Amino acid sequence: MFCCLDDRLLPYIKDMPFSHPLVIASQTLPLNQSLATVAYIVAAVLFIFSLAGLSHQTSAKRGNLLGIIGMVLAVGATVFGVMNGGYLWMVVAILPAILIGARLAARLSMDHLPQLVAMLHSFVGLAAVFVGISSHIEAGIAVPDGEMLIHKIEIYVGVFIGALTFTGSIVAFLKLAELVGGRAVTLPGRHVLNVVLMLTCVGLGIWYCRVEGEDALVPLLIMTAISSLIGVHLVMAIGGADMPVVVSMLNSYSGWAAAAAGFMLKNHLLIVTGALVGSSGAILSYIMCAAMNRSFLSVIMGGFGSGAGGPAAVVEGTTKEFSVDETVAMLEEAQCIVIVPGYGMAVAQAQHSLAEVVKTLLKRNKEVRFAIHPVAGRLPGHMNVLLAEANVPYDIVLEMDEINEDMSDTDAILVIGANDIVNPAALDDPNSPIAGMPVIEVWTAKTCVVMKRGMSTGYAGVGNPLFFKDNTYMLFGDAKQNVDAILRGLQR
Amino acid sequence: MKVGIIKEIDPGECRVAATPETARRLIQKLGFEVWVESGAGDAASFHDQSYREAGCTLCDEAAEIWTESDIVLKVRRPQDREIEQLRAGQTLICFLAPGQNEALLQKIAARQATALAIEAVPRISRAQKLDALSSMANIAGYRAVVEAAGLFGRFFTGQITAAGKVPPAKVLVIGAGVAGLAAIGTARGLGAIVRAFDVRPEVADQVKSMGAEFLMLEFEGDEHGGTSGGYAKTMSKEFIDAEMALFAAQAKEVDIIITTALIPGKPAPKLITHEMVRSMRPGSVIVDLAAEQGGNCEATIPDEVTKVEGVHIVGYRDLTSRLAHTSSQLYGTNLYHLLDEMGGAERFSVDMTDEVIRSATVVKDGQVTWPPPPVSVSAAPKEKVVESVAPSAVVEKKIGTFDIALMVIAAVLLVGVALTRDQGFITDFTVFLLACLIGWQVIWNVTASLHAPLMSVTNAISGIIIVGGMVQIGATNPVAAWLGGLAIFVATINIAGGFLITHRMLSLFRK
Repeated sequence: MFCCLDDRLLPYIKDMPFSHPLVIASQTLPLNQSLATVAYIVAAVLFIFSLAGLSHQTSAKRGNLLGIIGMVLAVGATVFGVMNGGYLWMVVAILPAILIGARLAARLSMDHLPQLVAMLHSFVGLAAVFVGISSHIEAGIAVPDGEMLIHKIEIYVGVFIGALTFTGSIVAFLKLAELVGGRAVTLPGRHVLNVVLMLTCVGLGIWYCRVEGEDALVPLLIMTAISSLIGVHLVMAIGGADMPVVVSMLNSYSGWAAAAAGFMLKNHLLIVTGALVGSSGAILSYIMCAAMNRSFLSVIMGGFGSGAGGPAAVVEGTTKEFSVDETVAMLEEAQCIVIVPGYGMAVAQAQHSLAEVVKTLLKRNKEVRFAIHPVAGRLPGHMNVLLAEANVPYDIVLEMDEINEDMSDTDAILVIGANDIVNPAALDDPNSPIAGMPVIEVWTAKTCVVMKRGMSTGYAGVGNPLFFKDNTYMLFGDAKQNVDAILRGLQR
Repeated sequence: MKVGIIKEIDPGECRVAATPETARRLIQKLGFEVWVESGAGDAASFHDQSYREAGCTLCDEAAEIWTESDIVLKVRRPQDREIEQLRAGQTLICFLAPGQNEALLQKIAARQATALAIEAVPRISRAQKLDALSSMANIAGYRAVVEAAGLFGRFFTGQITAAGKVPPAKVLVIGAGVAGLAAIGTARGLGAIVRAFDVRPEVADQVKSMGAEFLMLEFEGDEHGGTSGGYAKTMSKEFIDAEMALFAAQAKEVDIIITTALIPGKPAPKLITHEMVRSMRPGSVIVDLAAEQGGNCEATIPDEVTKVEGVHIVGYRDLTSRLAHTSSQLYGTNLYHLLDEMGGAERFSVDMTDEVIRSATVVKDGQVTWPPPPVSVSAAPKEKVVESVAPSAVVEKKIGTFDIALMVIAAVLLVGVALTRDQGFITDFTVFLLACLIGWQVIWNVTASLHAPLMSVTNAISGIIIVGGMVQIGATNPVAAWLGGLAIFVATINIAGGFLITHRMLSLFRK
């Protein structure tokens, strides 16, 4: 199917009847276009292998390299086979951008990873908007008259997704960088508002398709503005702990935006790559939602916890506190230790001190492992990256499902800055807002120490009966300072 | 109330029924007066002076203690000249082996005395602290390994030294009771490779917890060797044949065999035949802990170490006595708990309604009360618990209204696509759907810990939109060209940033 993709770039076939496939199949392409088409196939395959390479740590670096090669190949093929002018300006645009991108990535500390990823998503959205509007003003490819309507719809959809991705990612970036509040901002009747805005876009779309030339720019630009508004509104309504879903959802959108651009430019490489990225983001979102036992729709529509079917059991009782010394004593006695990190660890940047603690414990022949909940942190796989950054070997960092059944044989559990993901109410209390969400069953271990800043509730706003269990002890204070103190205690 | 401690008259017996430590507790906690025969603890390294310091009264003559004391504590069963000194109303506590010594019980009864056999204490949780048999078995198991190590000409642990490699010793323990488990633990502690066998499959977990391999019998049939008393029972012929075949195979392989197989009230089963002994490597050792009951090995000679074709066979019956210090301490503590259970000095009585005391009492005021009514043992192997297997619900995926709605929408969309009658668009659409499916398949394989790098690499790849910008930058309309250029610019930032950050992230992961 790739063999016929760029046929419409050729002016001389413009007037031929297109309805018969045999006619297309028998055309001959100029050599450069033919080569470019084949190069596109190779690039698409390289992208697929790039994603497949990420299925395991050992092949992941190679996967990234394949992705880079694919990208260079795709750009090269476009330059020699598809572009028709503007080479100088292209170089002018690319060179500084490479520098900026490299600088952004090189200077980034891993603590700021989520917001950078969100910001990069916004760029894809913005590029899709630019490409769409530009394509509306003057199509870079020859569009046969009979296909004008489809071409317009493609532009319209592409710009819509692009604008939504752009503003949504900007808001996500602001939230993750804590430049605006992380909590869900919900307007009254927000669902109605969304529906109204969507319908307006559809109406503008009809207008856009009916008018010609310059006039059509008006509904397109209005729609761009409304779509941007929807992006802002959607992401504003989603709060802190749902951010992993939002980030992967925006990732998915950026893919769909690229695919839509592919449709409008009749470019199969864009379509394939966009579809790859789009479905990848969609699956990630799905995995995150499954980990929270919530439907994708409820996460995307924001406003958490409104669907609970009755009053949740009130949590009360007395907590028992541990001092740093008692925690150290517990760790020294324990043979099998599991550490459950949460977003609090990332906030306090305690991972480096924690890695030292783990190293000290491992040297004493203790079994130390990490248990990672799928939605811990603000990005899918966030905890894994932070721990990797702190030089924790990845084979002791386990997923919740891998380690949950070992919990009861564990001597000591250290919960650092996590709350909802270790909440027994998710299993015990059917009325709890997080009922049914899989959690790490830390309370089945012999002793469990929860390090927390205070008794505040987690993101879900529900009390945690874990804190009142007999074998649970609280260690209050800043996670980093406490971990440092534990480290000093162990080294004494 | 006076408690008398007699020096054991059996020449090989080194243990003593109370140590200075347990005597002090008898005096201080339970309020007894303790009389000790001079030199009673010498063989176990407890000297008279220590007893005196603990508050005991020392007597030179055993006869004096027999006449004075209300309770006499001993280790071994009394010999005739001791029984002659028993007086009416006196209580004797020691090992009596009541099952095998009917005549002895009659003699004691004839003296109108009371006697408690310490090994008749039932094996129930409450009586664990009185269970002298377990205390002694533990010591015997330990000592059996020590005896074997003394005779065995090699290391137990494997070593690789500058002077060459030494293989580890292989030890087979038969019978995983208290003694067997203690032997396993000791042999493991010395570094040997340990295997164990028991007719009761339910002890496999205990064996494994001590670090030994549990040998399973390839045997058709549903036979369990456990009884409700926590002891082994006699097995069927087929079972024994299979068992013997296992031992014969093991004998050729292992260096040390420790047998602890006993069936209460019966002679010990013969498990190691002459033939098996001969099949063992020269220098091997067999320690027969069942020598007291005739031995598990056919070549065992009680109280002696024999050598059959280079294989040592240890038949000591006094392994506990060979560790007299600890044995005395543990036995003395068991007796202390028994006397505590019986009310101490103040309220001392032989309470026949207490199931522990009732079981242990074999002669009461001149009446033989053996055997006692059976006591059901709480720690007995679990009866088959009827597990209610929840019917595994087969959740059939039903096609709900939602799915139908989805299918209808998909169908409408596809018809819509077809209605465009646009060759190019339909081709594009095909490519798009197939790519989605490929993405779907590929991403499911991504390990969760790599989700963050995956996200940033897909982000970099979605920078492919640069191609769109490149197509548009060639436009003749300056605005369109400019927008194309801007698209190239932002998409490039994305590509460079995305790939680089992925690279950085991936280089962090290490094993």
